[in-house]
Amino acid sequence: MSILIDAETRLICQGFTGKQGSFHSEQALAYGTQLVGGVTPGKGGQQHLGLPVFNTVADAVAATSANATMIYVPAAFAPDAILEAAEAGIELIVCITEGIPVLDMLAVKAALAPTQARLIGPNCPGVITPEACKIGIMPGAIHQSGCIGIVSRSGTLTYEAVFQTSRVGLGQSTCVGIGGDPIHGMDFIDCLRLFEADPQTEAVLMVGEIGGDAEEVAAEFIRTSMSKPVGAYIAGLTAPPGKRMGHAGAIVQGGSGTAEAKYQALEQAGVLTFHSPAELGEGMLRALG
Amino acid sequence: MNLHEYQAKALFRDYAIAVPENRVADSVDSAVAAAGAMGTDQWMVKAQVHAGGRGKAGGVLHCTTLDEVRDAAGQLLGRRLVTAQSGGRALPVERVLIEAPTQAVQEFYLAMLVDRGAERIMLLASRAGGGDVEAAANAEPAAFERVWVHPATGLRAWQSRHLGYRLGLPATALKPLHQITQALYRLFVDKDASLLEINPLALDAQEQLIALDAKVVLDAAALYRHPDLQALRDRNQEDEREARADQQGLSYVSLDGDIGCMVNGAGLAMATMDLVKRHGGTPANFLDVGGNTTAERVAEAFQLILSDTKVRAILVNIFGGIVRCDLIAEGLIKAAARTAPRVPLVVRLAGTNAEQGLALLTQSGLALETASDLAEAADRVVAAARRPT
Repeated sequence: MSILIDAETRLICQGFTGKQGSFHSEQALAYGTQLVGGVTPGKGGQQHLGLPVFNTVADAVAATSANATMIYVPAAFAPDAILEAAEAGIELIVCITEGIPVLDMLAVKAALAPTQARLIGPNCPGVITPEACKIGIMPGAIHQSGCIGIVSRSGTLTYEAVFQTSRVGLGQSTCVGIGGDPIHGMDFIDCLRLFEADPQTEAVLMVGEIGGDAEEVAAEFIRTSMSKPVGAYIAGLTAPPGKRMGHAGAIVQGGSGTAEAKYQALEQAGVLTFHSPAELGEGMLRALG
Repeated sequence: MNLHEYQAKALFRDYAIAVPENRVADSVDSAVAAAGAMGTDQWMVKAQVHAGGRGKAGGVLHCTTLDEVRDAAGQLLGRRLVTAQSGGRALPVERVLIEAPTQAVQEFYLAMLVDRGAERIMLLASRAGGGDVEAAANAEPAAFERVWVHPATGLRAWQSRHLGYRLGLPATALKPLHQITQALYRLFVDKDASLLEINPLALDAQEQLIALDAKVVLDAAALYRHPDLQALRDRNQEDEREARADQQGLSYVSLDGDIGCMVNGAGLAMATMDLVKRHGGTPANFLDVGGNTTAERVAEAFQLILSDTKVRAILVNIFGGIVRCDLIAEGLIKAAARTAPRVPLVVRLAGTNAEQGLALLTQSGLALETASDLAEAADRVVAAARRPT
């Protein structure tokens, strides 16, 4: 078992014939992912990487029964790509694209709310169930099937978490990079809930960052609803306060947002916290006791 | 992207938000001429920098004669201003805004921003306007009214009305408040803003609402569809090295320490800084070479770090994903050929093609230490920075 994706997941790629889409589609295929086709408007009917290209997501779903998509289209077109996928009934939409304007994401999230679609990202590394299905830009080789669920706001820092949990022999059930944008799809709690229900996952490693209050909100969920051990690392303990304009950010943030506040909230919720990014693997061994 | 007050107020005027009569000047003579041409006998001379907290930092001066305007402009123009919000940096004052003073009966705080949690645009308002608004927020968070805007309905009149009642506005000021909040919402959406802030919003004796200050921050990701707003960028308000990095697709923030860091990914870059500190060192910078970097960009990043004379050792920490470690190694070799590194270099490569990268570095004959994991890398670079040169 795993969460979100497995060997049965039928994946398409939006932006299939572009440079990024082509490269990461090849990587997904090499990893053994069931990539069943792709979408590039105007290129429907062609073949690419030995797979069919469709003009629309709806065409791709009708022909291939795809239930997941990965989006590699430029930021100006990515909101459309997400909405088109949701309308076509895709269950899992993974948007890798970075640099989507915030107001576009507000509109997209409002439109997705009444649908069944799950969105991961944007501006994220994607999601991987080791040795079964890879959707995203992460290096497949560092992953190893195992018992740790990983959920992270960061990209390369997720790889570090994977690398260390593989090295100590724990491996991963599924790793989800939820992305660093202010308005994004699945959050910590959505992933924690799925990991809690997943038999393969024995413990969860959360990788957070300074800013926002997602970690504080997740801490409350962990306290009330998680029976499995959770370990957490928060990046940015030494980040200096940046130049800022106005007071609104500070007023809205109140006391939350700093690494200290996040660690404190997580510790109060019974989370095992790691203060060094070099301790993630050993730390999860301890979390499993 | 931050706008100056004078630019923000020009935008406000386009949206019929009342602002005091004002002129912008970039020299002492033009400041005096501008003040003389205004129909007032008192003036506020305000330094134009990209940070709040100007008043307390001496960047806003009240003048009652044109000679005082001359002195004020002379005092502000050409100097650098450090405020509580400038992140420790001294920002150059290249323009002043000359403004007619407003007799406020009462001052409010009014802002519009995106509430991440609610995933809505939000109005934030308080009766506690002015420079101490953050202290007020800490003391009494409930004193801040919040109004969320549903994207399908936009901001409705009843919402502004409720806000007006809760702020204790006189009945005659309710409609002007609605006009201002509507205008802010339109401006926010039209221009892809990430923050609009009026502090203070003055209620004058005629029960008019006037924006005495204006802060506008725009969503940099949306600038591609606003060519007119791109032209308002003032690179002189940005750190020189940070601006140079930005042009090369690098994200760089200079800090006080002596260990230069080159990392791929913002999260790993922050984690690397934390690690250096934990192992007894102090980072000289935050530098994210990005997820899709090139050998050329790595070489640029390397020179950027070396241009900081405080740097006594460099830690390169790359976790290859899309970025291949062999390409990073090529970039380092290229940079070292151009400018011989004057400080010790510690390299940790992991992920895609890490072994090829390390092999390239070893073959190049570059003087460097390698490390296989994070803790070892941190120990080595901290020790290197402490070695006498």
